Amino acid sequence: MEIPYTVQARPDSGLANGKLGIWLFLASEVMLFGALFSTYILLRVGATEWPHHELNVPLGAINTVILISSSVTMVMAWASLKMNQWGKHRLYLSLTVVLSLLFLLNKYFEYGAHFAAGEGPSHTTFLAIYFTMTGLHMLHIVGGVVVMLYFLGPGARMWKTSPEQFTNRIEYTGLYWHFVDLVWIFLFPVLYLL
Amino acid sequence: MDNVGTIGVDHGHAHDHAHDHAHEELSFLRKYVFSLDHKVIGIQYAVTGLTFLLFGFTLMMLMRFQLAYPGRPIPVVGNWFGAASAPGGIMLPEFYNTLGAMHGTIMVFLGVVPLAVGGFGNFVMPLQIGAPDMAFPKLNMMSYWVYFLGGATMVGSFFVPGGAAMSGWTSYAPLSVIAQPGQLGQTLWLVGMVFLITSSLLGSVNFIVTIVQLRAPGLTYMRLPFFVWAQFVTSFLLLLAFPPLEAAGILQLMDRVAGTSFFLPTGLVVSNRVVTTMTGVAAGSVASGGGNPLLWQHLFWFLAHPEVYVLILPALGIVGEIVANNTRKPLWGYRALVYSVVFLGFMSFIVWAHHMFMTGMGTTMSAFFQTTTMIISIPSVVILTALLLSLWGASIRFTTPMLFALAFMPMFGIGGLTGLPLGLAPSDIHLHDTYYVIGHFHYVVAPGTIFALFGGIYYWFPKATGRKMNDLLGRIHFWGSFVCINLVFMPMFIQGLGGMNRRMYDGGMQYAHNAGLLKWNLVIGVAAWALGIFQVPFIVNFFGSLKWGALVDKNPWEATTLEWSAPSPPGHGNFLTEPVVYRGPYEYSVPGSAKDFTPQFEAEHA
Repeated sequence: MEIPYTVQARPDSGLANGKLGIWLFLASEVMLFGALFSTYILLRVGATEWPHHELNVPLGAINTVILISSSVTMVMAWASLKMNQWGKHRLYLSLTVVLSLLFLLNKYFEYGAHFAAGEGPSHTTFLAIYFTMTGLHMLHIVGGVVVMLYFLGPGARMWKTSPEQFTNRIEYTGLYWHFVDLVWIFLFPVLYLL
Repeated sequence: MDNVGTIGVDHGHAHDHAHDHAHEELSFLRKYVFSLDHKVIGIQYAVTGLTFLLFGFTLMMLMRFQLAYPGRPIPVVGNWFGAASAPGGIMLPEFYNTLGAMHGTIMVFLGVVPLAVGGFGNFVMPLQIGAPDMAFPKLNMMSYWVYFLGGATMVGSFFVPGGAAMSGWTSYAPLSVIAQPGQLGQTLWLVGMVFLITSSLLGSVNFIVTIVQLRAPGLTYMRLPFFVWAQFVTSFLLLLAFPPLEAAGILQLMDRVAGTSFFLPTGLVVSNRVVTTMTGVAAGSVASGGGNPLLWQHLFWFLAHPEVYVLILPALGIVGEIVANNTRKPLWGYRALVYSVVFLGFMSFIVWAHHMFMTGMGTTMSAFFQTTTMIISIPSVVILTALLLSLWGASIRFTTPMLFALAFMPMFGIGGLTGLPLGLAPSDIHLHDTYYVIGHFHYVVAPGTIFALFGGIYYWFPKATGRKMNDLLGRIHFWGSFVCINLVFMPMFIQGLGGMNRRMYDGGMQYAHNAGLLKWNLVIGVAAWALGIFQVPFIVNFFGSLKWGALVDKNPWEATTLEWSAPSPPGHGNFLTEPVVYRGPYEYSVPGSAKDFTPQFEAEHA
């Protein structure tokens, strides 16, 4: 028994199963983060005062650059597969992981500074929403890194047995990764700049 | 035979050989416990869901004793709950609250939805669209086991100090945030919900992909059985409505564990004390405040109203299948039904604040949500009317599933119509938080949805097991349940219209205006326990028929949809030959045809 359209696209929908699946998953993620952004708006509109420039803008800006770069390397990792360049794929995928780890390191310094100053999530509502949103975003980064490490490690074997499916998997990982990147592109101005 | 386990799997374990070997003869564990087969997973979901339904109902039978006989020790089982819950067998108010909160949670999230979507959806839908399995069998298995973890968390929370959550199934802030300080009940409820939401996310992605991608050749969207359409829309609701509750759950978890104040306003005073943070570094210090309790309600009802349709749509789908089959006629207005279901799904996202008329959110908001609420009643009425019209002029087969389907229609009708006064702010102000509300939504979910689910079990049991359930026991189950369940919920309208509030530990004895209404508590109690007794024939029938039920061939009901072309029970991979669809789903009594049903899977002039 074989499940159809695991690799090839179904003609009438134009999609393979996995691609439709990842898009649906991202739709639900939009609702998850959408609810948190709505929460942010509601809390801020209802607040008598709202702190400005409480966060480290240079660190945040650096992280934005890092994450956007990682999105680029992610695309390259997929494009290399499409061009059948295995070595380049490994390089770009590893680079993506390195950049993600850099992002997390940066975040570690940021969080550390807040906690050192005694400004945990319970300090103010602003910090509460800051820690919740960036924390959840960070979990998404960690999830992405785990998936990428899998494709660098044991998951890479599929390239030999079913290259097309492996390429698809990298593409879907990329779609997820761009979404995580996009969330940060919203988070940065909303939390750091506005 | 090849195995789904190989599809898309290249993890390359060290014990690859053992794996390959297992494909030929699946071990018991892989075949019945960690199965990838949608039919096994569907049955796992269904049986677990039914067990939770019974469990949740048991909690209610206990509560009903307290309401019928306030302050009297619970007979027989009263001593099982310990001194912390029921000293001397007499239920404490806190224990009553716990039972109430967990009854709602268990019935909705662990009982009805897993049975209706996880059970029926998983088992029937792929068969009805001619698919060999779900699109992602591993995700499917994971979905069940994450649900199981969520259920285990909820059940486990009964046994932690302080007991399970007691802030209602809605967990309204700020009470839920400050309830049970330092105890785990509410926190575990939130963790359990996160599991359940994750499970339903995995399930809904799988359902949608399966319906879009794996339909058999010839099965266009407008040839889909109505049940599949209902599952399709339901999956979208689960996919898009649940994440905001996940967000809300995370926020409340932060409030309880990290000491934030998302739902605690500044200077909140409860019982003459300023509310303090409960945990974390600054335990005991005044909460930072600045939060908004209404935020919880918005996020909660943004899920929980679509959730109502998650509860009802699969039931409508099941009733549609049973009605078409037992009237031997096409469903009346198939296209109207489909469009109504889609419209209903869409509208269900913009009616949530009709649960919040009493929060003082303002007349403009109320006006908007009243309007959308009235609009959403239109497709519901279209669907119910189409089902009723399908009966017109039919020579109805009064089979056991059909009895349940027939009862569903007026019961769901009562539930729906009594909802209208609740959807309008002026009348809702009077009825809000009374037993009327309880009567209303239970008519939708209990004699409505749960009856449809029972009907579905009787209807598809032969497909799942190859044996029919006993008709006599089925009829006893049906008539007993039908009478009792109305005796349970109809008096609630009387009590509610008289102003009796819900969630009262003593049934509201201390209020003078309730004096004439208290007698109904006894009626409801007796009816509820009798209802419990009438589930015994069902349980006996369910397990007995596995062994002694009459053997059936592949199409015992002479039905037209694809699942009846597969063997009963279908083997791994479902169909013996690749199914091809030639026509719409309900070609019954086609003029000029030799028999009164023309299945989707039979070629022209077959």
